[in-house]
Amino acid sequence: MKFGVVVFPGSNCDTDCHWAAGEVGQEAEYIWHHQTDLSGFDCIVLPGGFSYGDFLRSGAIARFSPVMKAIKEFAGSGGLVIGICNGFQILLEAGLLPGAMKRNDSLRFICKYVNLRVENIETPFTNQLDKGQIVKIPIAHGEGNYFADEETLKELNDNDQVIFRYSSAQGGISPEFCPNGSLENIAGISNKEGNVLGLMPHPERSMTNLLGSADGRKVFESIINYLKDENKAKILT
Amino acid sequence: MAKAKVFVSLKQGILDPQGQTVEKSLKNLGYDNVKNLRIGKFITLEIEGNDIDKQIDEMCHKLLANPIIEDYKFEIT
Repeated sequence: MKFGVVVFPGSNCDTDCHWAAGEVGQEAEYIWHHQTDLSGFDCIVLPGGFSYGDFLRSGAIARFSPVMKAIKEFAGSGGLVIGICNGFQILLEAGLLPGAMKRNDSLRFICKYVNLRVENIETPFTNQLDKGQIVKIPIAHGEGNYFADEETLKELNDNDQVIFRYSSAQGGISPEFCPNGSLENIAGISNKEGNVLGLMPHPERSMTNLLGSADGRKVFESIINYLKDENKAKILT
Repeated sequence: MAKAKVFVSLKQGILDPQGQTVEKSLKNLGYDNVKNLRIGKFITLEIEGNDIDKQIDEMCHKLLANPIIEDYKFEIT
């Protein structure tokens, strides 16, 4: 399979994502934000960083890049799209995922390892994890304070679209374990169809124990497993 | 040529930690009478043509504000 890593002006986790794909034995290619042909790619990664300097709002400008139209079509036909950190913010601004990001409650940029509870494993991105499992993956953001109105929040919960929540090491979910003020400790959500995932934590930064954790690897392995398994691939169609 | 002023702010009911922090600082300076301080964005632009009201409203909706969390208003002079 082949990962496509989108590069916007100001992306800075693109190299890490490219490397992570190689770590799990897969091919990866950079996609410049002007590119509109996504043929040949199996999974598109929107990496972290500060696309367009985070001007106006995080992700607000990147959303109008030519590549985003192609990504919308790609996602619309069931292709896998994962947005990490700034990539998540772009997916929200582009309307591929519901809700919006606010500045962290503390007003501080937070860069640290956090614990996440895996809420749904019936997805292309988490099928190699266990439901309720606690994974250790780092965050690095100033605007990761997830917000959605009540109706949207209910829909996310009813459809099992909340994929990761910030938790204690034992899996407890309460505001004290939420680093940024996100509603209901939400760290990652998918679209209704399940083929688009956005998450603030950086799985590509936790690919090997040398980096403090290898839990992020499971996200990439899940994608590979999902695309290998034709029966599972049918869930989306 | 018309000039427009666009004001963008977090919706009422959405916590504004930046505003709260600045309000606290003003109180520390002795301004105990301050309340409900909220911080937003102020954008100015010049524009030519017809239907300016409608166009600016569209601009706010599409890009200048995020309607999920922000309100906007504008003045044209």
